[in-house]
Amino acid sequence: MNNIVAANKIETNKISQIFADKKAFIAFLTAGDPSLAKTEEFILAMDAAGADLIEIGIPFSDPIAEGPVIEAANERALSASTTTDKIFAMVARIREKSTIPLVFLTYMNPIFVYGTERFFSACEKAGINGVIIPDLPFEEKGEVREAAKSHGLDVITLIAPTSQDRIQMLAKEATGFIYLVSSMGVTGVRSEIKTDLAAIIADIRQVTQTPVAVGFGIATPEQATTISQLADGVIVGSAIVRIIAEHGAAATAPLSDYVHMMKAALV
Amino acid sequence: MSKGKYGIHGGQYTPETLMNAIIEVEKAYEHYKNDPAFQAELTELLNDYAGRPSRLYYAKKMTADLGGAKIYLKREDLNHTGSHKINNVLGQALLAKKMGKTRLIAETGAGQHGVATATAAALMGFECEIFMGKEDTDRQALNVFRMELLGAKVHVVTSGTMTLKDAVNETFREWTTRVDDTHYVLGSVMGPHPFPEMVRDFQSVISKEARAQILEKEGRLPSAVIACVGGGSNAIGAFYNFIPDAEVRLIGCEAAGKGVDTALHAATIAKGSLGIFHGMKSYFCQDEYGQIAPVYSISAGLDYPGIGPEHAHLHDTKRAEYVPITDDEAVAAFEYLSRTEGIIPAIESAHAIAHAMVLAPTMRKDEIIIVNVSGRGDKDVAAIARYKGENIYE
Ligand SMILES: Cc1ncc(COP(=O)(O)O)c(C=O)c1O
Repeated sequence: MNNIVAANKIETNKISQIFADKKAFIAFLTAGDPSLAKTEEFILAMDAAGADLIEIGIPFSDPIAEGPVIEAANERALSASTTTDKIFAMVARIREKSTIPLVFLTYMNPIFVYGTERFFSACEKAGINGVIIPDLPFEEKGEVREAAKSHGLDVITLIAPTSQDRIQMLAKEATGFIYLVSSMGVTGVRSEIKTDLAAIIADIRQVTQTPVAVGFGIATPEQATTISQLADGVIVGSAIVRIIAEHGAAATAPLSDYVHMMKAALV
Repeated sequence: MSKGKYGIHGGQYTPETLMNAIIEVEKAYEHYKNDPAFQAELTELLNDYAGRPSRLYYAKKMTADLGGAKIYLKREDLNHTGSHKINNVLGQALLAKKMGKTRLIAETGAGQHGVATATAAALMGFECEIFMGKEDTDRQALNVFRMELLGAKVHVVTSGTMTLKDAVNETFREWTTRVDDTHYVLGSVMGPHPFPEMVRDFQSVISKEARAQILEKEGRLPSAVIACVGGGSNAIGAFYNFIPDAEVRLIGCEAAGKGVDTALHAATIAKGSLGIFHGMKSYFCQDEYGQIAPVYSISAGLDYPGIGPEHAHLHDTKRAEYVPITDDEAVAAFEYLSRTEGIIPAIESAHAIAHAMVLAPTMRKDEIIIVNVSGRGDKDVAAIARYKGENIYE
């Protein structure tokens, strides 16, 4: 146990610090939906409203882990000619105004085709702190491990309700935070979360102190309260993307209100 | 550690939610592939139910007409359900049964894999749901009815380009919602390990038979084996047992649609680049940012932006060659084989026939070509008629 705590101390970085003395609220949105200028404005507004970390989705033509809401956001962003290079430029602009930890969420192909080393180098330069890659399981992590490490980015570990005997193997390597997937299936708002999250978190706690944030399906303050009693953080994606889909360029105020409300619900 | 590698290709690039399901398939397959009882049961199904072994037919009129190499047709079109897809489906359905699964899901392009899966589900008592792009349910409407007739539920996929790749996306999404009782019967030699290897093993019966058949008929090996390539399952099945025979050229025919110099093609080897998608590292049609390109082919079964990892490796090592065949060439071959031999091939298979028509006249009369006729063309007759009709007004 001592070794683990020591190991984690060394790894302590910008991302894990957001969990140090409070429960964290993590907001996801897709870059370029409806435009990169708006994405920049939305991120700064959510930061001001109390979000602790922003996950920025780099849109992909075939987001196989996403449900219809985020898939549609990917399509809107790509139709607006959003590219990885333009997203890096937007992140650099945000970094002039905000120190909030930023994590990219994207699929392996956009990273690999951009050039894995080139991608992580650009992330470091722009001020990105970590990446989440839904189609990169533990077994294939070698694809990015070195590049991420040499540029100081965390590759966020995902743990699913089906991970079972894999949980401890996955958790041992985790840095930044652990993304615990609340439910089976793809992203999307859910009325009920049935997974025994407490049991999974207990398994994780046996091998690491890396904070655990729960995502997939969370939309309401009630859900956020319940989840934050168990976990170190709450991740909201589809509910935010839905607000953007509904209000488009005028989403700044409703997003700000929503983040305020969700942040206040954390216990 | 990364598994299922073919040179630099392959692997298991799949969401964590599916990893245990995939490992379960991998373990089950490792066990049953060496189980004589499983293999005996599968052989019985292939023979008595699907009608194997399929014939190796000497196309005498085509040979005489083209005036070069002797052409043999491997008649996968004569299998039950009309294509090679049944070879893989019976294998996976039997495996799913052994794994205690009660529900099969699958993607389909042309509808042949969906029909084969629905058929196996009816035979073995599985619930069955098929995902098919809207573009394809329109151009292969008859196969939709056929699947429903067999008791399957068909989901029309309206996301993305509404073709095979989107049907694959949607089937993966469905699998992540329900892994306990469900097996995903992937239809080609693609996806995460163990699918490329398992599907290849189930399809390799094609070349196992063809090699023995040609040795019996001619006492020697062919100079070339030709097959069409979508994901690559009929081609790898036709190639596999000839790979050690260095003197046998292995030629895959990919869909060039309106031409490889247009945006409307699905020629992955000719125009694609290295990427990681649908669970595998391989070649894909994509842009400089790794966005998967919308692809096009007259043939729904070849209308796929990637290629199986073992083909990518056979290309890298130059053991196999891949050539692009346009819609026009395929349609001409479709009509040619129908008139010349009285065999209406699937429009997918017509891509292989088209290349044989080019190659045979350049070869000696004592050389042999085996063309894999991966499926029959009944499903395509209406679409070809429309294609011809449109040409009249052009
Ligand atoms: C008759 C036929 N041939 C070929 C294919 C292409 O698949 P593969 O490349 O896996 O053989 C299909 C797919 O639908 C098909 O129906």
